[in-house]
Amino acid sequence: MDRLIGKVAVVTGASKGIGADIAKGLAQEGASVVVNYASSAQDAENIVAEIASHGGKALAVQGDVTNEADVKRLFAETVKAFGRLDLLVNNAGIYQFAPLPEITEDQFHRLFNINVLGLLLSTREAIAHFGPEGGSIINIGSSVTSTNPPSSVLYTATKGAVDSITRVLAKELGPRKIRVNSINPGLVETEGTHAIGFIGGEWQKMREAQTPLGRTGQPRDITPIAIFLASDDSGWLTGEILFASGGLR
Amino acid sequence: MSKLKGKVAVVTGASKGIGADIAKGLAKEGASVVVNYASSKEGADKVVAEITAQGGKAVAIQGSVAKEADVQRLFNETTKAFGKLDILVNNAGVYTFSPIEEITEEGYHSIFNTNVLGLLLSTREAVKLFGDNGGSIINIGSAVTELNLPTSVIYTATKGAVDSITRVLSKELGPKKIRVNSLNPGMVETEGVHSAGFIGSDFQKFAESQTPLGRIGQPGDITPIAVFLASDDSGWLTGETLVASGGSR
Repeated sequence: MDRLIGKVAVVTGASKGIGADIAKGLAQEGASVVVNYASSAQDAENIVAEIASHGGKALAVQGDVTNEADVKRLFAETVKAFGRLDLLVNNAGIYQFAPLPEITEDQFHRLFNINVLGLLLSTREAIAHFGPEGGSIINIGSSVTSTNPPSSVLYTATKGAVDSITRVLAKELGPRKIRVNSINPGLVETEGTHAIGFIGGEWQKMREAQTPLGRTGQPRDITPIAIFLASDDSGWLTGEILFASGGLR
Repeated sequence: MSKLKGKVAVVTGASKGIGADIAKGLAKEGASVVVNYASSKEGADKVVAEITAQGGKAVAIQGSVAKEADVQRLFNETTKAFGKLDILVNNAGVYTFSPIEEITEEGYHSIFNTNVLGLLLSTREAVKLFGDNGGSIINIGSAVTELNLPTSVIYTATKGAVDSITRVLSKELGPKKIRVNSLNPGMVETEGVHSAGFIGSDFQKFAESQTPLGRIGQPGDITPIAVFLASDDSGWLTGETLVASGGSR
């Protein structure tokens, strides 16, 4: 329960879903956590309150990862509040699905701006604040880069880009002792996947039937993996992409 | 220090090197450990003594994984000593290198019998002992399946087979709650790697220059990853291959 004592973490898009659970998990291991959100201020404050009620340290900081000035401000406020930065979880992301004939330029830019450009801007600004001990960057990708489902070309393309970003930056930042790894979750039951209709129907049952571990993921399946990648236990891993999908690939 | 309390683990080829370090690491987390060896009884007894000196539980059991009768005896004696099985680390393996022009049938059989057949026999027998709660199988592969080094064709082929075994068995054994993952180390400084002449060589310097984290591995880099894969922290991972090479790929 204390593998991250003294560390400071930023989790983007942490007001709900996987990001919120990871933020809470990192705090439980002793990290001071910045709960970043774009617009869900109340949800983010709720996460901060939950962390504080367990004796942890957290701060909600607003910032849209697609906005360069917001991203710079996010990390400046992090260092102002906590004095340093060690961990970045690039979790902010959106999903939208459409078959090829229906894709639009707008959708392309929207998905790529958040899932790819936002991740790159966050990473660029974060590493300016990492110290000489380096740190750990965890990109939240998706198992779609293995399952490649029809009607997901834009979303899966953004996640293919994230896989490549992890591998390139692992080589580029290794000499600075900054490790870069990905977690690629499969279907996880969150507010978001409920909202989009993935939970509770025939499609979910079919997926569970194809999943070696026989069920749908929960945020708490993902968080221990994020803690592992954030901690020194994974100190010899960089450029790795962990598919966290109960074996569905 | 108690992630594996109450669990029983078998580590094959644990008299030295990576296997010995993993055996000690699992014991430190509370597992009762079978330190298997083929011929290095002294080494295995030393590992057991080190574990018990730290308050842990371990026994040394002889058995060559390439021999079916030995493997059956190994797991029979595991049952007699500890009553059950939860974790199998398929670590026993050998390496020799030769350019394709110089490979021999004898060399082929020797490496494949230990690295592949031995791994399959151990897994087949171990699975019979896992209970209703399933378990975790960790196959020690190698980063060579990423690096594909010249003069390593037979060795790398055995490790390519191991990568596939992990993926197939993860699907096959998932319904039994048995997770199967691979840990693929890069160059690690062990007795074996010293004997093979790699340490202090130009090859080591070259390997380090190609490694993002700028050094070669130590057994202590590998063990925390094995502990992670053995524990419930990795409960949503199966069929995964973690390349533990400081980013060298």
